[in-house]
Amino acid sequence: MSSIFFATGKMYLGFIREFTSILALLYDTVAWIVVGPFRGKVASRQSIFQQMVFAGVQSVIIVAFISLFTGIVIAMQSAYQLKQLGAVVYVAPMVSISITRELGPVFTALVVAGRVGSAIAAELGTMKVSEQIEALETLAIDPVRFLVVPRFLGLLVMVPCLTLMANFMGIVGGLIVGVTTLDIGFHRYVLFSFDFLVWKDIWSGLVKSALFAIAIAMISCHVGLSTKGGAEGVGKSTTLSVVISFIMIIVLDCIMTGVFFFSQV
Amino acid sequence: MNKFDAEKDEVVIEVKDLVRKFGDRVVLNGINIKIRKGEIFVIMGGSGCGKSTLLRHIIGNLKPTSGQIFLMGKDIASAEEAALNEIRKKIGMSFQSSALFDSMTVGENVSLPLREHTKLNKNVIEIMVKMKLELVGLRGFEDLLPSEISGGMKKRVGLARAIAMDPQIVFYDEPTAGLDPIMSSVIDKLIVDLSNKLSMTSVVVTHDMKSVMAIADRIAMLYEGRVLEIGTPDEIKNSKNPLVKQFINGSFDGPISFFQEKEDYLDQLTG
Ligand SMILES: Nc1ncnc2c1ncn2[C@@H]1O[C@H](COP(=O)(O)OP(=O)(O)O)[C@@H](O)[C@H]1O
Ligand SMILES: [Mg+2]
Repeated sequence: MSSIFFATGKMYLGFIREFTSILALLYDTVAWIVVGPFRGKVASRQSIFQQMVFAGVQSVIIVAFISLFTGIVIAMQSAYQLKQLGAVVYVAPMVSISITRELGPVFTALVVAGRVGSAIAAELGTMKVSEQIEALETLAIDPVRFLVVPRFLGLLVMVPCLTLMANFMGIVGGLIVGVTTLDIGFHRYVLFSFDFLVWKDIWSGLVKSALFAIAIAMISCHVGLSTKGGAEGVGKSTTLSVVISFIMIIVLDCIMTGVFFFSQV
Repeated sequence: MNKFDAEKDEVVIEVKDLVRKFGDRVVLNGINIKIRKGEIFVIMGGSGCGKSTLLRHIIGNLKPTSGQIFLMGKDIASAEEAALNEIRKKIGMSFQSSALFDSMTVGENVSLPLREHTKLNKNVIEIMVKMKLELVGLRGFEDLLPSEISGGMKKRVGLARAIAMDPQIVFYDEPTAGLDPIMSSVIDKLIVDLSNKLSMTSVVVTHDMKSVMAIADRIAMLYEGRVLEIGTPDEIKNSKNPLVKQFINGSFDGPISFFQEKEDYLDQLTG
């Protein structure tokens, strides 16, 4: 009994410690971005660009694919319900609102956490266990500035962009169902899609996606940089970064939805 | 061979009563070393006796459990990050595992410190990289990735990177391990040349007896986290200490026992 108590306490302390060091890493990263340029030490444009291409451009196809099908599925599911009320045309706002507020940002973040976050954890983890991080420090190059900042900026810029595209593709998915099988008509579908959509639906989704990007970047960098124990450790870090990012994305989503849409209720 | 005068020469590295524990294990147990400007100081000792750990403490990558380390007059163990980085720009380290950045080409690895810390233009840096690679016998390998070259070549690239900034002190962690005899001699000669011509101070960890005797100004023998003896190659060669003797001759019999006592071994096997 006492051992369970002890183990729980230890886990709790471990969690607090990890969380604090992730916040410390975030502080360092932001400090470099804000102060760095005045000291003539910014992350190289080339490496930021590389990260943007990796995080953003190379995620386009999978994000587009997933959100297109998400739009299709939501349209079909809601049509099934709305048909009984004779309100099939409301499939359009149903899709556009649920995609822009929730599913676009969340699915995009999950895809990026799985594809980019894991790769970051694996890369930094490998660098850690093969002494490359130590070598950087010995060359008087700060690993946070050199490695974390470009990854952070790459994700922070590209995840909201990907989310915008996901929103568009999701709505297109709904449109395909609406026009081809529900006989709503192209113009009417588009009109209904955007009539009910307000700016807040879009920007709140984008704010969320930016927060998800920060969470993914910080979690995967922190996990990668604290890797221990050779190749096996790298494997563990990779998995861990995805699991923690997924949990954090859902928790953040819940909190932000509460702030944006539930606080006025 | 005594080109140093202990009284007059400037001490660039001083390690005082350095103790380092990992958990309960005492890896460094009261190390005292003074290294003078311009000398080639060799650290010897069996594998796992803490040589790499000692180097890591001297360059400030690890913090001691107790004791002090002065690197070019600065107390490294308590230095701020910014002060530490200023000192690090004046030293170079060639890692035992090479520690090349595997997403960068050989050329980019060597040029990284120059690109980060100097305002030299691209062409100048390119020429400097070529020169450093030439020194380690790797001209023309600039565009290969670390995954495309052999272990010995990686080691030499790591060495070229370590001396890219023309540091005042260079640390070599087993620079010739895994190299063929000819390449080993080339590296030995490079270390001596850098030390003589540019008056760099060199701290070399190595097992290679032949190169130790060829390059060392002074030698420190490490054993179980302590310094057994410090002296010139001749002093070490004629040492009375049986531990040192055994190590120098590489003999099987001696106080350093590889096998445990028969009783202990039987005890361990039968639990
Ligand atoms: N980060 C660490 N954590 C725990 N033990 C370590 C660590 N680094 C080194 N050691 C231990 O310290 C001892 C000395 O290691 P090292 O300095 O690498 O030896 P060597 O003389 O072969 O270079 C080894 O037994 C090693 O297991
Ligand atoms: Mg070693």
